[in-house]
Amino acid sequence: MSDPALTAREAGPAEPATSAGGAKVALSIEGAAVSLGGRTIWEQVDIRVREGEFVAILGPNGAGKSTLLKVILGLQPLAAGRARALGADAGSANEQIGYLPQRRTFDAATRIRGVDIVRLGLDGARWGLPLPGRLGGSARRAAGARVREVIDLVGAGDYARRPIGELSGGEQQRLLIAQALVRRPRMLILDEPLDSLDLANQSAVAALVQRVCRDEGVAVLLVGHDVNPLLEYLDRVIYVAGGRAVEGTVGEVINSETLSRLYGTPIEVLTARDGRLVVVGQPEAPFHHGHRHDHDHGDSHSHG
Amino acid sequence: MNPTLTWDISSDVSQMLRFPFMVNALEAGTIVAVMASVVGWFMVLRRESFVGHTLSLMSFPGASGALLVGASQVLGYFVFCAAGALVIAGGSQGGGRRDHAQESAVVGTVQAFALALGFLFLSLYSGVLESLETLLFGSFLGITTGQVRTLLIVALATLAFFACAGRPLLFASVDEQVARANNVPTRILSTAFLLVLGLAVAATAQITGVLLVFALLVAPAATAQQLTPRIGSGLALTVAIALAITWVGLGLSYFTNYSVGFFVTSAAIVLYASARAFRALKGRQGRARELERS
Amino acid sequence: MLAQEFIRNALLAGSFVAIACGLVGYFMVLRSQVFAGDALSHVSFTGALAAAAAGLDLRFGLFAATAAIALLLALLGRRAHADDVTIGTIFAWVLGMGALFLDLFNSGSAGGSGITGSRALFGSIFGLSAGAAQLAAVVGVVIVLATLLIARPLLFASIDPIVAAARGVPVRALGTVFLLLIGLDAAEATQAVGALLLLGLLAAPAGAAHRLTASPYLGLALSGLLALLSMWVGIALSYQIPSLPPGSAIIAVASGLYLLAFIGTSRASRRLFGS
Repeated sequence: MSDPALTAREAGPAEPATSAGGAKVALSIEGAAVSLGGRTIWEQVDIRVREGEFVAILGPNGAGKSTLLKVILGLQPLAAGRARALGADAGSANEQIGYLPQRRTFDAATRIRGVDIVRLGLDGARWGLPLPGRLGGSARRAAGARVREVIDLVGAGDYARRPIGELSGGEQQRLLIAQALVRRPRMLILDEPLDSLDLANQSAVAALVQRVCRDEGVAVLLVGHDVNPLLEYLDRVIYVAGGRAVEGTVGEVINSETLSRLYGTPIEVLTARDGRLVVVGQPEAPFHHGHRHDHDHGDSHSHG
Repeated sequence: MNPTLTWDISSDVSQMLRFPFMVNALEAGTIVAVMASVVGWFMVLRRESFVGHTLSLMSFPGASGALLVGASQVLGYFVFCAAGALVIAGGSQGGGRRDHAQESAVVGTVQAFALALGFLFLSLYSGVLESLETLLFGSFLGITTGQVRTLLIVALATLAFFACAGRPLLFASVDEQVARANNVPTRILSTAFLLVLGLAVAATAQITGVLLVFALLVAPAATAQQLTPRIGSGLALTVAIALAITWVGLGLSYFTNYSVGFFVTSAAIVLYASARAFRALKGRQGRARELERS
Repeated sequence: MLAQEFIRNALLAGSFVAIACGLVGYFMVLRSQVFAGDALSHVSFTGALAAAAAGLDLRFGLFAATAAIALLLALLGRRAHADDVTIGTIFAWVLGMGALFLDLFNSGSAGGSGITGSRALFGSIFGLSAGAAQLAAVVGVVIVLATLLIARPLLFASIDPIVAAARGVPVRALGTVFLLLIGLDAAEATQAVGALLLLGLLAAPAGAAHRLTASPYLGLALSGLLALLSMWVGIALSYQIPSLPPGSAIIAVASGLYLLAFIGTSRASRRLFGS
């Protein structure tokens, strides 16, 4: 694994290390475009996220939000433009990024314990065997302590030692967040973590994420459908729709004018009395037919 | 020779060990049990039992093909098992994703085709299935020290693979997306694992026969995973169970003259069924206790 | 070639066996139950051996054993969908029993185990009498009709079991019936291509059909057709080349067709991008 600092120096003209606000830039995407299967998903996308910011990535189904995440992780190449994360080309600094993929539930028959899944996030990618017992010495004890610490941080202490297949969706989600956090990442990427949770859990997870964001100075990118569970915790929003993306505060982005421009058709944003935002007039998203099997699939399917 | 089983176990065992062929059989059995059960633990975790069974059947065209061209049987086993592993690896990654249903269709086709090929070789060679029993269920009687040595080498290589790559492989097996995001080479590991599975199976099948390999791959791991979700103790338990059923199987076969395969698989299924029943009972007790508390 | 009676018998029995395998196999691949099919097909071999050891008609053992294990698998699984490990363990146990029966059979009769074993394992489609061929054809037709009867609800239950159950589809019962159908088909096809090879007839045409089309009814028909094609071409090839056993020929053709479908769709989909 190349040293991220070296990689940054070798790259082309560097983007500003700090933005006007003074905080370091965690993610910068300039003039980016992605095409999949001959179809341009989005283009002319400019994004800048600072460390310690809680950013939501919103938009209709099929707009390319998960694709954006894959670009940031270096798992999807760009057709145009540049993407740099944590001071290095996208994909080079992945050990400093905690990643929670979409709709990941473990088969009920999976007998691995939650605590081991979190531990895999810490050193699962390392070759060689972990030395058992006292032979591992302080390094092993430190690892065990870190795992326990992060499990307590997410509040999963009660059920971390049970087989993960037996846990509910919300419980599994907390453990997976712990896994993403265990290596003290500088950036946390969560792909639709609130999707299958009830309202109480959604709120709890959003609060937890914000706490981590503030306390640890972690940049958080959270992909979601609905801005409302996140309203009181968010710093900024990236809205992906109609082949483009817009970035700004909630007020700057989620209003009738901006969204209408983005979608290219008239959109109305209404504010309910309790402060919740309702978006009206979104066109039907392109339908992605999928299988509903017990195991998960990636974004795109192909029937040859 | 008609050995009888008495209640004095230690004298029975020492009587058994007086014969060099039994010593070889026990050595081979021990090595095979350890190797197959460790490989099997990962195989069960990755839900690739079907692949494991298919690869064990590759030994059939391997043996009959070798017979046909006059090559050594050992070579035939290894070549066909490795080839089978590579074909399956290629077939299941053709689409770039692990589509379980497609993968199983590929595996089923590979299995049938390999067996059809094996039968063709056999009919070209002699036309009569003479040693059907030995091919399917092995024979622990004629194991040479040379065979034991080969087994040991393959076993050590297999264990070395897991010592190096076991952790990333575990990560890739449990959590493929995140592992890939963590720069684990999941596709290479998948292929490598299938190759290791094929080679371990090839080595084992020469001793235990084509059908018994599978019992050692699946049953100990399945039983252990019922009893504990922990990784380290699970692996240790798997090996322990495999050793136990192999030794018991060998011993019983020696004294009763029925096949080793039958005893090993029977012991295996008894243990598995007990483990499942035990867990079901524990679950029911746990739930009853929870109801009492609330 | 068609003048020969044994060929006519083979084609009669084989055609219906093939179509049955094609249809059953399509659902098997859809439901990811190919391993269960594998287990049941090997079980039929053990059943045949058990019957032979007991001195009964082989076919009795074939059908009884597959039915029994099919029910066991249905019982042990959620929604009659047993998992990998359960199938594997039952499978290993059945193989062990096969070892026992082989012992008993060998100690019982003198020799001949090689031939009986060979026939049960690799089929003897050229050795079918007219009566046996007709019976096989009838059973084949029964399997085909049964599959077509449950095709629509089974499709629903396979693709979306939770919603189907909510709509009143008896998901669990259908699962059990389907496993029994697999067992019946396995026992049936054993006579044609043998216990070890019938998996090829179940998996390859179905696998090819799944790659070639996403439409279920088209796929079902295609699977049956490909299986039928494999059967005819295989029999013809084996007739022309006497040293090529019919079972091997049929499976070779089926595998070849799957390979073609595989290559065709993977390159095509890369160029045409999932159309």
